[in-house]
Amino acid sequence: MLGSELSDLNIEISELVEKHGNGRQSLLPILQEIQKRHGHISGHAQQEVARLLDIHPVEVNGVVSFYAFLKTGIRAKYNIRLCKTISCELANKASIAKTLERELGIKFGEVTKDERYSLEYINCLGMCDQGPAMLINNEVYTSLTPHKVIEILDNLK
Amino acid sequence: MPILNKPIVFAKENFGDGFEKGLKMKPIDIVLAVRESGLKGRGGAGFPTGTKWMLAATATAEKKFIVCNADEGEPGTFKDRVLLTEFTEQVLKGIILCGYAIGSQVGYIYLRGEYDYMVNQINSAIQKLKNENKLGKNILGKDFDFDIELRLGSGAYVCGEESALIESLEGNRGEPRNRPPYPVNTGFMGYPTVVNNVETLATVPAILNLGSDWYRNIGTDKSRGSKLISVSGDVEFPGVYEIPFGTKIKDMLELVGAKDTKAIQIGGASGTCISAKELNRNLSFEDLPTGGSIIVFNNSRNMLKILKNFMEFFVEESCGQCTPCRIGNKKLLDGVNMIEKGECSVAYLKELLSLGETMRITSKCGLGQSSPNPFISILTTFGDEILATY
Amino acid sequence: MTDGNYVSRTPVSQQPLKIEQSSPHDIGGLVEIEINRKKFKVPFGMTILEACKLFDIHVPTLCHHEDLCIAGVCRICSVEVEGMRTLQAACSFPITQSMKIHTSSEKVRKSRRHILDLLLSEHYGECYSCVRNNNCELQKLAKEYGVDFYRFGHVKEPYYDIDKSSYSIVRDMNKCILCRRCVRTCIDLQEVGVLEALNRGYDTKITTFLDKPISEVICINCGQCINRCPTGALRTNDPSDIIWEAIDNPKKHVVIQTAPSPRAAIGEEFGLPAGNSLTRELNTALKMIGFDRVFDTNFTADLTIMEEGTELLNRLKAAIVDKDESVKLPQFTSCSPGWVKYCEHFYPDFLSHLSTAKSPQQMFGAVIKTFYAQEENIDPADIVTVALMPCSAKKFECNRPEMVDSGFKDVDFGLTTRELAQMIKEAGINLPDLPKSNFDEPFGEASGAGLIFGATGGVMEAALRSVYEIVTGRTVPFDNLVISPCRGMEGVREASVKLENVKNEWKFLEGVELKFMIAHGTANAKKVMEKLKKGELKDVHFVEIMGCPGGCLGGGGQPIPTSPEIRQKRAESIYKEEAELPIRKSHENPHVAYLYSKFLTEGPCGHLSHKLLHTTYTKRGNYIA
Ligand SMILES: Cc1cc2nc3c(=O)[nH]c(=O)nc-3n(C[C@H](O)[C@H](O)[C@H](O)COP(=O)(O)O)c2cc1C
Ligand code: SF4
Ligand code: SF4
Ligand code: SF4
Ligand code: SF4
Ligand code: FES
Ligand code: FES
Repeated sequence: MLGSELSDLNIEISELVEKHGNGRQSLLPILQEIQKRHGHISGHAQQEVARLLDIHPVEVNGVVSFYAFLKTGIRAKYNIRLCKTISCELANKASIAKTLERELGIKFGEVTKDERYSLEYINCLGMCDQGPAMLINNEVYTSLTPHKVIEILDNLK
Repeated sequence: MPILNKPIVFAKENFGDGFEKGLKMKPIDIVLAVRESGLKGRGGAGFPTGTKWMLAATATAEKKFIVCNADEGEPGTFKDRVLLTEFTEQVLKGIILCGYAIGSQVGYIYLRGEYDYMVNQINSAIQKLKNENKLGKNILGKDFDFDIELRLGSGAYVCGEESALIESLEGNRGEPRNRPPYPVNTGFMGYPTVVNNVETLATVPAILNLGSDWYRNIGTDKSRGSKLISVSGDVEFPGVYEIPFGTKIKDMLELVGAKDTKAIQIGGASGTCISAKELNRNLSFEDLPTGGSIIVFNNSRNMLKILKNFMEFFVEESCGQCTPCRIGNKKLLDGVNMIEKGECSVAYLKELLSLGETMRITSKCGLGQSSPNPFISILTTFGDEILATY
Repeated sequence: MTDGNYVSRTPVSQQPLKIEQSSPHDIGGLVEIEINRKKFKVPFGMTILEACKLFDIHVPTLCHHEDLCIAGVCRICSVEVEGMRTLQAACSFPITQSMKIHTSSEKVRKSRRHILDLLLSEHYGECYSCVRNNNCELQKLAKEYGVDFYRFGHVKEPYYDIDKSSYSIVRDMNKCILCRRCVRTCIDLQEVGVLEALNRGYDTKITTFLDKPISEVICINCGQCINRCPTGALRTNDPSDIIWEAIDNPKKHVVIQTAPSPRAAIGEEFGLPAGNSLTRELNTALKMIGFDRVFDTNFTADLTIMEEGTELLNRLKAAIVDKDESVKLPQFTSCSPGWVKYCEHFYPDFLSHLSTAKSPQQMFGAVIKTFYAQEENIDPADIVTVALMPCSAKKFECNRPEMVDSGFKDVDFGLTTRELAQMIKEAGINLPDLPKSNFDEPFGEASGAGLIFGATGGVMEAALRSVYEIVTGRTVPFDNLVISPCRGMEGVREASVKLENVKNEWKFLEGVELKFMIAHGTANAKKVMEKLKKGELKDVHFVEIMGCPGGCLGGGGQPIPTSPEIRQKRAESIYKEEAELPIRKSHENPHVAYLYSKFLTEGPCGHLSHKLLHTTYTKRGNYIA
């Protein structure tokens, strides 16, 4: 990253700390906001947050790695997360998984070369009555069918 | 999506001006009314709500907190989602009433990250209450200030466990704490903290409106009131139902349009699996307790695959701090894989079942204490069938 | 909401239970309980484990450690409490009402065996190739529970690469049982913050920031995590194979210096209880092993006092007489390499407070490869200097690029107490049985002042004995030279002595109240440094800081286990030995005087001293690239 980008990030983080407070209990809201804006929380960002909250960087790292929605590595523009838990499984999530893999040309856990799409599984979204369900970034999609998935992907383009 | 059958408690008219009535009562009288109603926690553990509030109300502390547990992560559970969208205001009012009753000034809603899309709705409901002076300073002209802050989870099932939730609020990894001390004694930031499920809290304004006796008379002796049940799986009408406690499985299946049923998972992944033959059992704390979920499996389903799905869930969602749960769940999952490959001797299977018992009694929190449930119940009920298949 | 007063990172549940009301069963603060059907009375709020210890009832533990906050994660200490559905972790369950406890019922035994089998099923390691063989809590438990097969299988391949990047610390996470004692040590006890649990569930592992090699993060090499690890997952980087090679090479002249703390503790490696000093037996053993010379690091400890003490007086003079604003006071000691690196990482702007004097280890290395080589007429290139140290950070210190002032690597190897004990055992020697022998010339016997360097407060006590006497011409006004405010185990200590009737050349110090502070463990160092940062130490002159709790005797290379009691015993044995020595003040050490007369002829802090015995520090900062 360029130096100027780093200092932009520092300013952004200090504004977030200003907004949420510099107590440890503000850690998650701050990280969530960084995640939302940047799609990931870089090592630098983690250290900057740690510095402003006066905690050890490795603790921030421990927190980031604990929560499934917080990521260290760069994510694609569209992070597609398909529920793999029981009710969606019963509702034939397998056909959705197949469709996604085929259309995007990647397997679960992978990112497309152009970094537009990444594909992963997550656990129950609380949409079990309308399975199969998935999240694209923070948007929920339910009652999926292979046909519907193709439409959704089309609309992303 | 609204509640599908005829509601018992969760009908708009039942709430009336329960909130206003409550704020006219003495705080301790609210606690007593809740205790009288027989309301027990709807998050799964079923701890008597009035008792919890009493402990918090009588604690002497500089500050007290109340946390509405909206982390709803148990697979197959989505009734809090429905409450939070359909009864947002009653949930908030329940939190405020609890705050008034125990002498707290701040309430948190810990909403699972997956429900991010509800944030605006909840925040505007909060704003609306503020505009109506039902939240904020000197609520309804009383010497009572209260604020509600919405906080989000970030994809960790274990954060639904109350002490893990508090750790998460404090900015830590969501690792459950040693208990005792319990949160009502030493909770958020070390202060007495009431953690209640969304449904528990939303029920309170209705109880205060129609009276404890009204509520007591619903349900059974040991399980007063009604329960919201999220139904999914092989049924014609998946969704949320409100039933009185004591409802038989038979009636429940009929209600949701389940056909050709083989088994029913009661209480989500960490619940128990019963065979459809056990039709006369009922949903209640004394027979089949549930945090609010029923998943129905029909005869086309392979029970081992279902079990595998559950065990994979726990291996990922365990917080990983204590031995029985961190490694135990993996061993149970490995066992399932061995069965699949026809490599698991009956002797080893017995060892794993016994390991499951150990996990139940030695794990640090409810997750590890209940994660062997599907393993034990599915293999006990359907073991012969499974072993014959593989 | 922010709450400025909330600083403790320790999860609230791990802090002591708040007890406000006494229970109905509380009789004069005592609760009546039953353990294994016997009745006892215990103080209200005590944990089940503490109660069991009180009455000599054995309950196994893994994640529990006396120095650390409660974790309650291994669950091996589970006991049955009548009337409760689940077993309870004895280490974390407070007794607040009368209860009946069973510590080895059928349920308990079966559960513990399961837990142990689970741990073993994930544990890759073979005891016979493990540094902790015979001193491993996991292995001991396996024996205690008669493990004779792996109920839930056993890993056949290592899962993690061993991290050997550091001069000091080796991490082999294949042996880690996730008890998190190292995490609590590094974050809570030492407040350095290198190790933490990452990921969750089955993927949980103990590692560094972004999983980097430990040499690339902010580890200060204190080794406190090693001392508290129940298994062989953490160990020191052991140079003994290369040292054996040097010993076996007839061309090499291998000398060893031995620090004060190892001798006070090495007996523990040979089965003696803590508190038995084996100074002179050790000398014999080292000769038997094949070291050519055995020197006492206390000699350079005395030298350090001369240099550091003079530096302090110089700083005082510059500040008081010359009114030199650039002079930094208080002066901080610099002999603990863990503390030095901590300061370089976390307080890089305050490095000029550190005494420039090298640590005794490094001074000795420089002196051996110059003065000694000259006196004995040996080519320094053929000299191998080994330093027996209680410390893992000393390994890093001797590998600092600047530590080559003799023209060679001043100290070739830092060897820990544990590693040397291993070498002695390998040579077939039972240390406690050996006859006694003396240290070698030309450095011979050192003063007691050097000896007490091993305990927290020792450097301060030694320095005061000399500084006071140099300035006033009288011995310190304390009974039998025991400067009691320097002793003890309190984290941060503070005291002062008044300088009165001083000698003429020190007139500017007349009436000055010499104020000093002592801290041990970097968490306490942090407290002192935060005060310094806020400008609250303006009237303090001298601060001793040791990186490890208890000082060097609690160093990261000392025998395992460690506990407050063990460290106390080691300290007592050092003080006891010291009281019996003929010379107890650094400036009275004749060999030191000889060195100054023959070699460092300009005296303390002269030119040659500066070249050989003083050093500089690096502003490292704590950003992890
Ligand atoms: C692993 C685990 C997950 C839990 N998840 C939730 C949850 O999502 N929502 C909830 O209300 N309670 C959950 N609980 C129960 C809470 O710990 C707690 O008992 C409950 O919030 C108390 O509220 P109640 O008394 O109103 O039920 C969970 C418990 C465990 C062990
Ligand atoms: S039982 Fe599982 S989730 Fe609970 S503390 Fe232990 S490892 Fe964590
Ligand atoms: S850590 Fe302990 S159990 Fe493991 S190999 Fe080493 S000695 Fe054996
Ligand atoms: S050696 Fe010290 S600083 Fe390094 S990881 Fe261990 S405890 Fe932390
Ligand atoms: S490295 Fe050692 S102390 Fe740290 S968690 Fe693993 S076994 Fe425990
Ligand atoms: S199982 Fe997929 S949303 Fe619940
Ligand atoms: S020693 Fe008690 S849980 Fe580990």
